[in-house]
Order: sequence, then C-alpha cells, then structure tokens
Amino acid sequence: MTFLNEQDRIFKNLYGFLGWNLNAAEQRGDWDKTADLIAKGADWMINEIKASGLRGRGGAGFSTGMKWSFIPKDNQQHYLVVNADEGEPGTCKDRDIIRNEPHKIIEGALLAASAIGASVGYIYIRGEFKREADILETAIKEAYDKKLLGKNAAGSGFDFDLYVHRGAGAYICGEETALLESLEGKKGQPRLKPPFPAIKGLYGKPTVINNIETIAVVPTILRRGASWFAGLGAAKSCGTKVFCISGHVNAPCNVEEVMGISLKDLIEKHAGGVRGGWDNLLAVIPGGSSVPVLPKTICDTVVMDFDSLAAVKSGLGTAAVIVMDESTDIVEAIARLSKFYMHESCGQCSPCREGTGWLWRLLTRIQRGDADLKDIDLLEDITHQIEGHTICALGDAAAWPVQGLIRHFKHELIARIEQGGRRLCL
Amino acid sequence: MIKVTIDHKQHTFPKVISIIEACQQVGIQIPHFCYHPKLDIAGNCRMCLVDVEGSRKPIPSCANMIQDGMVIHTMTDHVKKDREGVMEFLLINHPLDCPICDQAGECDLQDQALHYGRDRSRYNEEKRRSVTDKHMGPLISTTMTRCIHCTRCVRFAEDIAGVTDIGAVGRGEHMEITTLEKAIQSEISGNVIDLCPVGALNSKPYQFQGRPWELTHTDTIDVMDALGSHIRVDSRGGQVFRIKPREMEDINEIWLSDKSRFAYDGLLSQRLDKPYVRDDKGMLQPASWDEAFAKVVQQLTATPNHKIAALAGDLVDCESMLLMKRLMHHIGSQHLDCRVDGAYADAQNPASFVFNTSLSDIDTADVCVLVGTNPRWEAPVLNIRLRRGVVSNGMQMFRIGFEHDLTYPVTDLGNDVLLLADILAGKGKAAKALKAAQRPALIIGQSALQSAQGTVILNTCAQIAEKYNLVRDDGWNGFNVLHTSANRVGGLDLEFVPGENGLCASDMIPATHDGRISLMFLLGMDDIAQKISKNTFVVYIGHHGDKGASRADVILPGCAYTEKSAIYVNTEGRSQYAHKAVNPPGDAREDWQIIAELLSRMGHQKQYASIHDVRKDLQKENSEFSENCSFSKRHWDPNMGIKGTLLTEELHPIITNFYMTNVISKYSKIMAQCTQEIAQKNTKGDTQ
Repeated sequence: MTFLNEQDRIFKNLYGFLGWNLNAAEQRGDWDKTADLIAKGADWMINEIKASGLRGRGGAGFSTGMKWSFIPKDNQQHYLVVNADEGEPGTCKDRDIIRNEPHKIIEGALLAASAIGASVGYIYIRGEFKREADILETAIKEAYDKKLLGKNAAGSGFDFDLYVHRGAGAYICGEETALLESLEGKKGQPRLKPPFPAIKGLYGKPTVINNIETIAVVPTILRRGASWFAGLGAAKSCGTKVFCISGHVNAPCNVEEVMGISLKDLIEKHAGGVRGGWDNLLAVIPGGSSVPVLPKTICDTVVMDFDSLAAVKSGLGTAAVIVMDESTDIVEAIARLSKFYMHESCGQCSPCREGTGWLWRLLTRIQRGDADLKDIDLLEDITHQIEGHTICALGDAAAWPVQGLIRHFKHELIARIEQGGRRLCL
Repeated sequence: MIKVTIDHKQHTFPKVISIIEACQQVGIQIPHFCYHPKLDIAGNCRMCLVDVEGSRKPIPSCANMIQDGMVIHTMTDHVKKDREGVMEFLLINHPLDCPICDQAGECDLQDQALHYGRDRSRYNEEKRRSVTDKHMGPLISTTMTRCIHCTRCVRFAEDIAGVTDIGAVGRGEHMEITTLEKAIQSEISGNVIDLCPVGALNSKPYQFQGRPWELTHTDTIDVMDALGSHIRVDSRGGQVFRIKPREMEDINEIWLSDKSRFAYDGLLSQRLDKPYVRDDKGMLQPASWDEAFAKVVQQLTATPNHKIAALAGDLVDCESMLLMKRLMHHIGSQHLDCRVDGAYADAQNPASFVFNTSLSDIDTADVCVLVGTNPRWEAPVLNIRLRRGVVSNGMQMFRIGFEHDLTYPVTDLGNDVLLLADILAGKGKAAKALKAAQRPALIIGQSALQSAQGTVILNTCAQIAEKYNLVRDDGWNGFNVLHTSANRVGGLDLEFVPGENGLCASDMIPATHDGRISLMFLLGMDDIAQKISKNTFVVYIGHHGDKGASRADVILPGCAYTEKSAIYVNTEGRSQYAHKAVNPPGDAREDWQIIAELLSRMGHQKQYASIHDVRKDLQKENSEFSENCSFSKRHWDPNMGIKGTLLTEELHPIITNFYMTNVISKYSKIMAQCTQEIAQKNTKGDTQ
C-alpha cells in the first residue's frame, strides 16, 4: 500500500505547529511568485486544473476545472464564493485548514478569481467558527497590508477584493445556492437549478462556489503542475485529500492522504486503529453523515475514492470517516442522523419538510421496538419518496443513511422489533 | 417549432414554455400547488414532477422548459407513485377539519387528494404540527395549521403587491408563513385568499358564512374604480356573500382590489327601499311610487324648463344617463353634467378622456409620466401592471404631483403643474427620457384635471403627446387619462354634459342660490348635495340614504350595481355589460325604469318597455356601446382643452382614504375596519 510521501504533502501545517501567519506561510512556499501564475492567463489555469483531475472537496466531487470553465467569458461582474460553512457531521477538515493554512485559501481565492474573472470574492464561513473567522480576517488583513489583495493584487495587475461573511448556524447554508441566498441576506433556501450559479449566481451574476479545501489546493497544483497532482492517488479520483477520522478509534485525527488509500490502512495507520482492534469494528460511515453506512465486511477491502465508494453504494462525500465499533447501537446512531436532517431541512420542499420528520419518528419507534415488521418496508419506501424528489440534495442526504441501514443492518431492525427494542448483539 | 413527445403523442409548440404549460395546452392536467401562472416559479411543492427521458430524477414540470426532442411521461406508474408520495407527505400535518373549513368544496388539496392521492395514509406517528394563527388584518382570516407552505402568498406579496409583509420563518417542519402581526399594507391583499390552495388564508368577512356549492354565481362588472374589473358575485337568498375576481387578462388579469372584493356589506346598510316625499313640515315621509312620480311630474311642469338641472354621480350606469339626457332634452333643459367632481373632460374629443394605451399594454411602455395621480389608490389593479413595467420591464417612471409610495421606484419631478411646461420645453430628465423612448406614455389623473387650470393642463399634455410622439403610426398611443369613477367615460361618450348655454357641475350649485336653477335631479350624487340651496326642489334617484337622499324632496329608490343589468364604460373606453345578481331591497326599482316612467309621464313619445329598447337607443347614440368588453382604439385628435400659460400650482390627492370612496364602501363595516386598522395607522405613522 502506498501512503502519501512527505514531499507531496500540500497542507504542511495542518496541525498548526508551524504558525499560520503570512511570514510562516511564505516560508512554506505560499505566495511564491503568485503574479507569475496569474500572468499565464485564465485559460492556462482552467486547463491546468482540469488536467489535474481535481474534484470538488465539498462532497459532490464535481470537476473543479469544469466548473470554472462554465463561467461565461464576458464583461459582467463575476463572483467567487468560497464555501466555509462546514457543517456535515463528522467533518472538521475545513476548520483546520482555516486555522492553520489561511494563506493557502487566500492565495487560492486570488488565483481562482483571476481564472474566472471575478473581482470580488466572499468566504462564507460557518457562524460557529468564531475563532476561525478571526484568523481569516487577520490573514486577509495581512494580505492586504502586503498588497497581496486589493488593487493590483500580488503585483499581478489583477484587482481582487476578498470578504469574510459569517453564517448564522444553518446546515443548509452549506448548499451552494442556499449559501448564495443567505449571502444576499435572504432566508437560506436552495434555489431551483437551472439556472446554475455559473450563469446566474450571486446577485444574478455568474458565480463559482468552491469548497475551502478545493480552493486551498489550487496554488500548489498550479505551482507543481497538473501531472504531479494527477499522478497521485486513484485514476479518476486523484490527488491528496484531508480525511477526518472520528468515532471509535484510538486517535481521532485529520490527516492528509492520497486518494485511493484503503479504509483499513487509513484507520490503522493514522487513527491508531479501531478501539478494541479491527475485529471489534461494526460499521463505518466513510464520507460524512450523508452517505450510507458500510458494514465491516465491506470496510475490510474498500478503498477511499469517489468511484470505489460509489461502487459499494456509499460515497466519499467530505471524507469524514465515522468509525463505529461493536458497542454502537446502529439504529440509534442512524436515528440520530435522521433527527439532524429533520432539524436542518430548510422546509421548502414538501417531501423533505414532511418526510425527514417521519423518518426520524419511525426510526425511533423501531428503535424502541414499538413497531411492526412491515414498518421496515414503509421506512424504505419513504426514503425513496424523498430521494431525488427535492430541489437540493438534503433530501437525498436524509434518505441515504437510512437506506444504508436497511441495506446492511436489516437483521438488526427485525430483531429490534421482534425483541421489543432490545439490542441483538448485547 | 419545438417538437415534444408527451405521453407517446407528438406535439409541436411555437415557443419555449414550461413543461406544465405545454401539458396544459394539449389537455393534460398536471397537479400542482406552488405553481401559479402569474407568480414566480418556486418549484417547492414537488407535486408537478414528471418523468423526462434521459433524466435520472423526476423533474418539476413548472420549473423546466420544453426542449426540442424531449420525451415526457406524465402517466407512468412512477409518476403516479411520486404524486401519491407528495400527497401523503402534505396530508401528514394537514388537519382533517374540512367540515369546518371555508375552503372545502373549492380546495386544491381536497381535489388533488381525491384524484392523485392514496385512499389512506400510512402515517402512524403522532401529528405534530399545530401552528398559531397569524394576524393579517380585517380582511384575511388565517388557520395556519392548514398551510402547506406553497409560498404563493409570500411570492404574491413580494413580487406583485410589492410589500414585504408576508414571509416564512423557521425551517424544516417548523417553517411557518407569518406576518408582522399587523394588517398587510396593501390594497390588493385579498388576492392571497384566491391564491392560497388550501384553507389557510380565507376571507374573514365570509368566515363561516356559507358553502361554495350553495352560492349562486353571477358574472358581472365591478364599479369601485374606473377599471371595470371582471368579478363574480356569489349570492344566496338575495344577499351578496362574497365577490371574487374573474379572469380577464386585458383588464384585471386575475386580481381584484380589496375595496372591490370586500365592500359588498355596504350593500346591506342605509338602503333606500321605498320612495319618500318631503311633507309640508319638511319631513321625509314614505310614499307610493305613484305619489312620488306625481309629485315629481307636478314640480317638473311647474318649473320653467331652463331652471331644471341634472347631475349624474360616480356609480350611475349608461342606461340611466341616456334616459336622463332624453328627459332633460324632452323638457328642454341643457343643464346636465356627469363631471360632478369638476374635473375637466372634453366630451367632443373621444380620445381626450380615455386610457388610450389600454390597460394590457401599459406595462410595455418604456417611459411613463404620472401627472397628478396615485394609481395605487385610484386603480390598485393598474398599479400591479405599472409595478411590473418598472420592476420587470425596465420602465422609467416619472411623477408630477403629490408623493405616495407606489411600491416601485418613481422619479419625483416635483409637485407643480408648471413642470409640464418644462417637459414641453424639453427641459429636465423626464423630457430627455421621453425623447429617447420608444413607447412613451403619460397618465393624467383626475387631481390634475380637477385643478382650476384643468383645461390648460390637458392642452399642455396633448402638446407633450404631439411633441414626443406619444401617438405613433404603429398603433401605440401613450396618452392616458385615468378616471376614478366607474362610468365617467360612459357619461362622456353619451355626452352627458351641458348643452348650449348649459351649466356645468361646478356652476350649478351657485345657480341654485341665485335662482337660475330651482329643480335638480341627483342621480346617485351625494357629495355636493348639502350645498344646494334650500329653495331648490331636489329629486334623488339612488340606492343609499346618504347626503343626497337626506337633502332630497323626493327620493326614488334605485338599484346598486349588483342588483341591475347595466352598461358601464371603463377608463379605457371599453363598454362592459354588468348583470343582475340579487334583487334590490323593498320597492326599489332599476334606475332606467324610474326615469323611463318619468319620461312616459312627461309625455315623451318613445316608450321604453325593456332594457333592450334602451340599449338599442344607446347603440344609436354611440357605437361604442354595441359590443361587450371590446376595446377599440379611438381616433387621436390633439385639439383638446384650452391653450394657455400654466401657472404654478400644487396638486392634491383626490382620494384621502382608499377604503371609502363611494356610498357603498362608505357604509361598509369591513371598509370601516380597514380604515381604522390600515389607512389610519398609516397616516399616524406618517406624521410621527
């Protein structure tokens, strides 16, 4: 198994030992001849990012270069929006990047903005990230003071202003169009697509919305070349990725690794292994709370990239690996996630507004054993009535964990009902 | 041409429209809740999902456009199951209170549950949502537990009415439609009742009053403003229970102002239900029709013909005016007028007193100058179009005259009629904009024409129209006069104006004091009645016991607009036939019958046996009256008013309280509540 080589590491200060401010960042190579990169032109940058195979790190995994190339080449105002509304349960990668590598974000924002011709950028940061917002503000001020932002940013002849906007605590505002609504001062509700933000985004103008991690890796890719990045990791999911490992492991952590690393290696090498040994593993949610849970049998062999995880009917999502050992009440765990989605549904679409609550109530009833066997089929049917029937993907995200539960732990559900709420394995 | 296959049949469409529109055009109904053709697309109810080949997920047909070669399925098992699913979700928290819900019987949710839902719910958990009702003012009752969150009301308030008084708060299942716990500050708020697909927003005055299936529907015309909005009067047992708009794309689209919708309870109070004659002691005493007519005829024959005058008020129909004119001419008097507010209008020039652009085209104007008008109060439904023009079509709006929030941006030039001379001289930004405009328009309000300089103002406006090409060869005519009374244009078309040496409305009152007039007919004319000299014999023909009736020596009770078939001509010059919905109270008669009887008693050679006789006569008088609801362009002639030099003058609003502008709304309790809760609060707010 290949692990990430030290010289290929992008986030050298992920753990904050080296200092986040501009001096320290410059020593690590940030802001090095940024103007030269911009001078190579927008087309070069877009093609380079396309060729690097970088896929969006926010969860959906859409090709970043492709996203940039959708922006029309015209003279109207364009916007760059950086999505730092990290709210997916289990995910904490963006927070560490903001804390410890803020200049990678700012430099990445400048480069991305010059590629899409945006003179203004916004970083929409989760409201709860107070300290992180302070760090970003300070880092942006440092950049302005050094003339890396503003008029003639970094001496490139390109004008770019970057602002931080704090959210008010809604998970849905991490959905890109809800984020735009929120940024415009409206109620955070996803917009109908089409039109896509690349055509009509913030204030009706073409807009690119990228995740913090996506933006933060852009400068390194442009410096070291597309082929370097494309050469790392799996074929169609290349490069490195920050994995967040949490739950029943001995050493929960964020770690940058190559894509396509096996789940078992990831947990054993970086997170100190599963509590009580690999055999004590019950299940893993491999990509944040939205993706279906995987039982141990699949975890034994699965590798961590977009396509491999999709092949086992799960997803890489935000690469937030939630590990659950045998002590976990898997029904309660998934019911808790259902409660989360019920709470965070924006309330716009009927299926999600009404269905997420139904899922949670039904699951809780099953967990109590106060249910009928046919309720399991009903549960599955409801998830299909929600999935794909809503404006945004929150409906899907609410349905998938429950579908995963039914797919892999149906026996647990049946036993729970038959034994009046007592757990099978204890 | 766009070729689309819908349910295995190929159809071609000339232009790109939404899938739901395409399906409706070929006769396939797609169930929907949030979609409304007049509102922005929200796409949130998910009821209109259809399958499109090549799409992984079902797609909302309201939000997606047809494309060439698209293959759409609306009847598959998959689509059926999707609809059942959405229906099931919506019904989870919808209360089963149809038996006490006013919407029952005309409820979208009921109908669609019947057609597209399952016969039972699989929801076994506790019902969780009960939402506190919100206060939306005296017109709208709320039962928010019934709300299905389609957000039609929110979109209406924001996009159509231009007020931000309704919104959604909370998220997920706790999302609620709410107001700021005050009445909606809009003159068209009642439309949310029609828009609400369930019983969440209902008519407060109509609450628990009746069931839709026991009401008799009569299609007729509204008289509360000069637009002649198409309405449906719902009645039961001879009483009007509610008024709803009918679809008429060219006039009111589907909207209706709150006054038109809710003033109907004024039809029940202060009604004149039998004739009265003033006795020797000066008291009005009930009389028989025969006695009353005899008294009038006696006075008419005793009075010299040149001392008899007639005034026709704001709600008088064409038939009555025609017969009154016949009566006056038969007697030999030239003193008749329908311009009772003193506003100037040139009856000889048919294009000089109408809304020439037509209501349906005004929102396509690119520059518009308002002269002494507040369309928000004078014609709320027109204001919707003007708002659309400014907000969506990029119309530039300028205003000369008093300020008022019109819900869209207006460039105020100032409150001075002298500014018209500046425009004519090519000075200022309005002149510049008019010069560059492709479709320029002018809207002249009654405030301007009521001014002492009304004639000069009208003439100046006509000169502006000529100078800036407001009237173009392609059929565009941007010269508009906005009236406020339902049938002023009808009166002018009939030339119900002073004949040779006749006195006009404003001269008649002084004439009663110096003895030039000693008998006056007041047709539904109240405002100036108290100013008439005590020595004048006053005959009042009308339906409400207001100032006119209390001053009258003989009262001949007539019918209100819901009680008679009549023709009204709206501000565009469109003659429209109204129909009788209920019977008048007591002994009251249709107005034309009263005057026809007088004519006959005065020995007029022509007898009018039915309303058709009157209408035949009307059509002879002016061909405008021959067709129902048609709009015809009038011949443009810029010679109107009197050429002169404008003097500086401020204009003043003619409407000070939107909710009370005529006798019906004046005696409406609902309008009184609105006055108290909306209009007066606003004025207080302004002064603070």
